[in-house]
Parts: sequence; C-alpha cells; structure tokens
Amino acid sequence: MSALLRPDLAAIAEMIPKGARVLDVGCGDGALLEHLATTKGVDGRGIELSQQNVNACVVRGLPVMQGDADTDLVEYPSGAFDVAILSQTIQATRAPKTVLEHLLRIGRRSVISLPNFGHWRVRASLVLNGCMPRTQALSYHWYDTPNIHLCTIADFVALARECGAVIEHALALDEKGRTKTMRAEAWGPNILADGAIFLLRGA
Amino acid sequence: MAGMGNPKFLRPVTRTDADVGHAISFDAPLELDCGKTLGPLTVAYMTYGTLNAEHSNAVLVCHALTGDQFVASSHPVTGKPGWWDTMVGPGKPIDTDRFFVVCSNVVGGCMGTTGPAEICQASGRPYGLDFPLVTIRDMVRAQAMLLDALGIEKVMCVIGGSMGGMQVLQWAASFPERVVSAVPIACAAKHSAQNIAFHEVGRQAIMADPDWKGGTYQLHGTQPSKGLAVARMAAHITYLSEAALQRKFGRALQDREQVSFGFGPDFQIESYLRHQGVAFVDRFDANSYLYITRAMDYFDLAAEHEGVLARAFANATARFLIVSFTSDWLFPPAENKHVAHALNANAATVSFVEIATDRGHDAFLLDEPEMFATIRGFLNSVAASVDA
Repeated sequence: MSALLRPDLAAIAEMIPKGARVLDVGCGDGALLEHLATTKGVDGRGIELSQQNVNACVVRGLPVMQGDADTDLVEYPSGAFDVAILSQTIQATRAPKTVLEHLLRIGRRSVISLPNFGHWRVRASLVLNGCMPRTQALSYHWYDTPNIHLCTIADFVALARECGAVIEHALALDEKGRTKTMRAEAWGPNILADGAIFLLRGA
Repeated sequence: MAGMGNPKFLRPVTRTDADVGHAISFDAPLELDCGKTLGPLTVAYMTYGTLNAEHSNAVLVCHALTGDQFVASSHPVTGKPGWWDTMVGPGKPIDTDRFFVVCSNVVGGCMGTTGPAEICQASGRPYGLDFPLVTIRDMVRAQAMLLDALGIEKVMCVIGGSMGGMQVLQWAASFPERVVSAVPIACAAKHSAQNIAFHEVGRQAIMADPDWKGGTYQLHGTQPSKGLAVARMAAHITYLSEAALQRKFGRALQDREQVSFGFGPDFQIESYLRHQGVAFVDRFDANSYLYITRAMDYFDLAAEHEGVLARAFANATARFLIVSFTSDWLFPPAENKHVAHALNANAATVSFVEIATDRGHDAFLLDEPEMFATIRGFLNSVAASVDA
C-alpha cells in the first residue's frame, strides 16, 4: 500500500509523528490518511469536497466531512489537531490567507504542499508563448482551472511569514515527486522546483 | 416480560400472506419523560436476517413519523412493499444475508405498539387523549427494552432518517455504550420553529375536523379522515422540493385540456396531494399523528445538556455517518452538519456527507445511488471492525 502512495504524499507522511491526531484538508480518496493510520497509528480526519472521494474515504473506514476548506475550517476548535495537512489545495481556495490562518490555528503543526508557479518552465511558457502557462503539473486552461490562486514558493514563504508562521522544514519537489531539503528563502528552488512542502508552526 | 405474540393492528390485514411480525409485552411500565408511566407496554416489531452467535451483527432501524416496522417486507395492511426495501434486504446496503435487522413500531404509533388507539387497561376504552405525551427518548427507551429481550446488548449500527435519525442521535446520547455505529440521515438535533409550525398546521387540521370529537372518535365509530388527509397533504409538501415538484408536475393539468374554472383537482399536483392524503388515512391513526408530531417538536438534544450539543455526545464512542441532502429544506444540510461539528468537538469519529439531489427530504426513502454507496461502504467497514 505504501508503495502506491504518491511520492509527495509519502514525503508528507514522513513529517507526521506516530500516533498524532491529524486533519487532512482536501484529503482526496483518503490514501494518505489510510497510510498514516496503518503505518503510524495516526488518528486521522479528512475534509473533502467531491462525493466520489468522500465515498472512497468512508469505504476505507476513514472519518471524513464533505465540505470546503474555505467555509468549514472556522468550525474547528483551536489546537484540536497535532497536525493539519493541506496538500496541493491552497491554490484552489478562494481565500488562501484565511485558510492558512485557520490551519495554523487548528493544528499545532501544519503541513502544506503546493505547486510552484515560479518554475522556469512556467516562466518560460509565459515569456516565450505569451499565453497562460500549461504544464504537466498544472494542465488546465486559464478559463477552466480550479487553481485560482497560484503562487510561487517565494510568494508562499512571504505569506507564511506574514501570518506569523515559523517554517520548521521545507522540501523542494521535482516533477517525479522526489524531495530535497531546501532553505525556504533560497532562490534556486523557486526556479527549479516543481513544488514544495512546508512544515509550519503557528507563532 | 409478559410474553410474545402476534401484533394487533388498528386496520384489518389485507395481505394474509404477509409476515405480520411479532409483538412483545412488558409488565414493567415504561417511565416517560412527562413523568407518567405507560403500562403494560406492547412493542410490535419485525426482524430480518439472523443474529450471529456473538450477537455482533444487529442493525436497529428507526422509522420516521409515518413509518412502521415493515422496513423490507410487504405491509400487511396496505400490501405495499417495505418502506425501505431499496436499502434493506439480501445484498442491499443493509444486507440481511449478513446482518440481523430489527425495526419496531414507535411508542405512540398505530401498527401494534402501544399508542393512543389501543385499549387502556385501566379504563377498558381506547386511550385517546388520555394517552401520555411521549418523547423521542421514550421511543428509544422502548427500543432498548426490546433489544434487552432479544438478547442484544450492543447494536452494530443504529440507523434511520428524519424522526428515525432523531432516535439515532438519542441512542448515541442515552445509550452510548450500546452503539457501535450510528447513521442519522436527514435529521437535526432539534426541531426548528418552521418544522414545529408545519406540524401545528397538521394538528389543527385534525382537531378542526368535527369527526375528531375531542380525540374520542373511536368511541363514536368515526375518524377525522378529512383533517388527517389535510395534515398529510401539508406535510407531504415539506418532504419534497420546489425543483422536484416543478420537474414532476409543473403546471400540468389532471385529465383535462383546460382549467375548469372551479375547485376540482385541475392540476396534477393537486390530484397527487389528494391521493397522498386519502391513502394515508387508510393506514394511520389521527391521534397517533398528534402524539408523534409532538414528540418530534419536543426533541432538542442540547436542551438536556445545558444547551451544549457537544455535551450530549460526551460519552459517545460510536462511529458516526451523517447523511444529508442538498435540497432538503425540512432538515437542511447545515443542521445535519451542525450535529457533525458537535461530534467533532468531542473528538468523535464522524463522517458527514451532503448528497446532491433535487428530491428534498424524501430523498432518504428513494433510489439515491450515492446514499446507498456511502452507507454500504460505511457498514462494511464497521462490520469488518467488529467481525460481524
């Protein structure tokens, strides 16, 4: 089962301590939560929008709330979870800053992964073609993309600082999902990484 | 316990080949929330499937306002199929090949369980309005007595929609140690002002019918059929949705080319509602309708816990699956979700789904594939966890 886990999710899983209480916001079909439950004894909860994915979670025996990161996080008490995860979702929220603030409030730690809109291929695509970039990771047209708030690694780091978050660990992701520890402020990953994973702590 | 027997129904059995189920009588009276006692108490019930040796595969189904114990088999009075035979049966989401399903008629009902139409032993006459007010919690207490008698200490799942969902929530609050999993569907932790208002319209319609006779109609050989039919018609509208009414009926006319310039059933929707009203009167008791709607009105789970719903579930260890429907305006998704959040605040294991449909509150009784898929998946995972 762990072999089937997407590499970026496997990297997130490594950041989660054993037996932690975890909220996975945008948990998809529950693959990460199930992996965490079976390998680390994690007590996990999910929030997911799609009916199909919610059903997949229920079938796996995972507790999942059908709902939306933008509207539902306000209902969760502060410090209710050891870790709050937001994987490849922040760019699709209506109010990323509010979502991030809730995440930092609800989880004693937060793990956030995101695609990097600062990657050189994205930059080159816009500069050379003059059209909104479409890449392997971000394959939508500008008019049908759910990714309404794309950002670069540098953008996200700035937002995290503005929200008073402490960046405890940062990983650069390549297109195959392989990870490499990075310095959050380093300029290299902002050009070369396809995405990033951050482990944050609220101030 | 006094004994077991066949249930007695208010209306004659028309399907002689139908399974009438069982009735169990308790000598010990049921102590009610209103302070009175009810006894002797008879509970009529049906079972489907087989209780396993470990007694770990019991599923308690709780019926809604006008439902009864005939979940998955032919109704002996109306001859219609079970009210939830899409959900319960061999190979269905609540699989009677694997699970032992129990459903009992609620206290105050009119399908064999003690209710206002039954003869009061003390007076020798039908209870009528001398029947004590019952609550959702009283209904659950009676179900618990039945499970005790059946030798079921813990239920693998307690499940129900609408008023059945209220009973599910009450089970989790009153008997947390007896509930392995709970599936409240299309319900709320309290009855809203709007819902009380609709119930009051129904009750007033019944009581305004001259044939109601202060609730003593049985002694006069009458029944407030018109009042009860109107009550059912008004209530039925609340079970649907504007979109579904538009889709099914629109402004279509009933068996005519143009409007009649009179008050006959010109529109199909009128004809449909009249049919619903008339059919209902043939199977339901008017006083039962008064009592059971009142029980729903009084339901407010948080009120027993200083107004904090989360406290009602303080000892709940069950796994919960809360199912709601987008177009349900009687028990809207937000109210269902409110329950889920109260459970979350207690760190309970809870899932919440909001199924997209235009069929309104009644969706829980209909063919909703996503509901079936979710509940089937949930029960499978619960069953695996208890070896049922």
